[in-house]
Amino acid sequence: MNEVISWFSDPASWQGTAGIPARLYEHIWIAIVSVATATIVALPLGLVIGHTGRGANLAINLANIGRAVPSYAILVMVLPVSLALAPTLGYDPSLGLTFIPTFTAMVLLAIPPILVGTYAGLRAVDRDLIEAARGMGLRETQILRSIEIPLSTPVIIGGFRTAVLNVIATATIGAVVAFGGLGRFILDGRTKGIAGTGELLGGAILVAALAISVDLALAGLQRYAGARSARATAAPIHAPA
Amino acid sequence: MEIDVAWISRNLGQIGERTWQHLILTVVPLTIGFAISLVLAIWAMRRPRVYGPITAVTGIVYTIPSLAAFAFLVPIFGFSLLTAFIPLTTYTLLILFRNNVDGLRSVPAEVIEAAEGMGYTRRERLLRVELPLAIPLMIAGLRLATVTTIGLATVASILGSAYGGLGQFITEGLSQFFPTKYLLGAVLSVLLAFLADYLFVTLERRATPWIEAARTVRP
Repeated sequence: MNEVISWFSDPASWQGTAGIPARLYEHIWIAIVSVATATIVALPLGLVIGHTGRGANLAINLANIGRAVPSYAILVMVLPVSLALAPTLGYDPSLGLTFIPTFTAMVLLAIPPILVGTYAGLRAVDRDLIEAARGMGLRETQILRSIEIPLSTPVIIGGFRTAVLNVIATATIGAVVAFGGLGRFILDGRTKGIAGTGELLGGAILVAALAISVDLALAGLQRYAGARSARATAAPIHAPA
Repeated sequence: MEIDVAWISRNLGQIGERTWQHLILTVVPLTIGFAISLVLAIWAMRRPRVYGPITAVTGIVYTIPSLAAFAFLVPIFGFSLLTAFIPLTTYTLLILFRNNVDGLRSVPAEVIEAAEGMGYTRRERLLRVELPLAIPLMIAGLRLATVTTIGLATVASILGSAYGGLGQFITEGLSQFFPTKYLLGAVLSVLLAFLADYLFVTLERRATPWIEAARTVRP
């Protein structure tokens, strides 16, 4: 406990490229980039699959694979590929060692939850509503935009929550392949033995704090979106029996 | 980049040992976690008010990245099995608790009433009626918890351990710059996870011959 406090109160811990703000920034930055990339891939796909109902098997199988594969395994399986491709694609091999495996693993782990969340959210929309909308003459894209998406927003955000959680955890492990981020503190503290206890625990506390606060924020967003979509469909749809 | 097949054939013993360790790192936390979550689920069925707090607590633990969780325990328990077992067990709790409760809740009220009418005691009702009917959903939870635990167990040895499982191949292979080793660890852990998933899918199908393919997908 004392070691943690002294590590946090040491000004040196907060400075430079290995300081807390720098590592925090690295961690958040790669998380955002990964989730954004995964969203660009998975969200449109999920919308199409969810709206048309075709390709459901793809969505479900992808979800199962994504949940089953260990993140650490993906990370190291990408490593030799990213190193080998460095001369061909023309990037610095050190990137192929640190950033690219971590980024790839994070994107691969973020896609299934977003895809499944979008698909499941759209599938859960009342079919009667959609039929009614079609009867009213709305085009497919209009139905998607004005009915399906607003009603499925909470579930879609739920998928994002899982994706973000996976991503933050994988970024932590990325430190093993020499990527920076908050995992660096945990590993470096471990290497220093007893002297590094403060760093080890401090890093763990920072990671846990980041994960919990982001998850709580997204949970709040989910609830807010749920309240809004509930109000939007508050008008009575079914005639009294 | 070549795979050193000769190394693999020389070290089959060690490979088998690590795989066995990995199985222990998975099965023990799952068994304990299932027992705990079942007790919690039954409690939550009897006293619905505890469902929220239990979900919240297990949920918070689940949110903490595994490497951090292991790091928290290293100063306390060192590199013993406890450092690995405790987080691995607690990570299973959220999934198993939620699915066990869903399973118990899925028992139709009429069936419970019929059991009461037939004179079952509360204990008999639980053992003979509710639990058996809850099994399909509980197996679904076990499936997710198992593959999750296999993945988390690979991380268990990053900070160092004598009982590292397949993750130890990965970590050692990385520090030795020996692709054969870390790729072997990675591929074997993936295969193990897929195998476990397949086993549970089969179990799920055997346990629910009456449920149609109207599966709900949880993100």
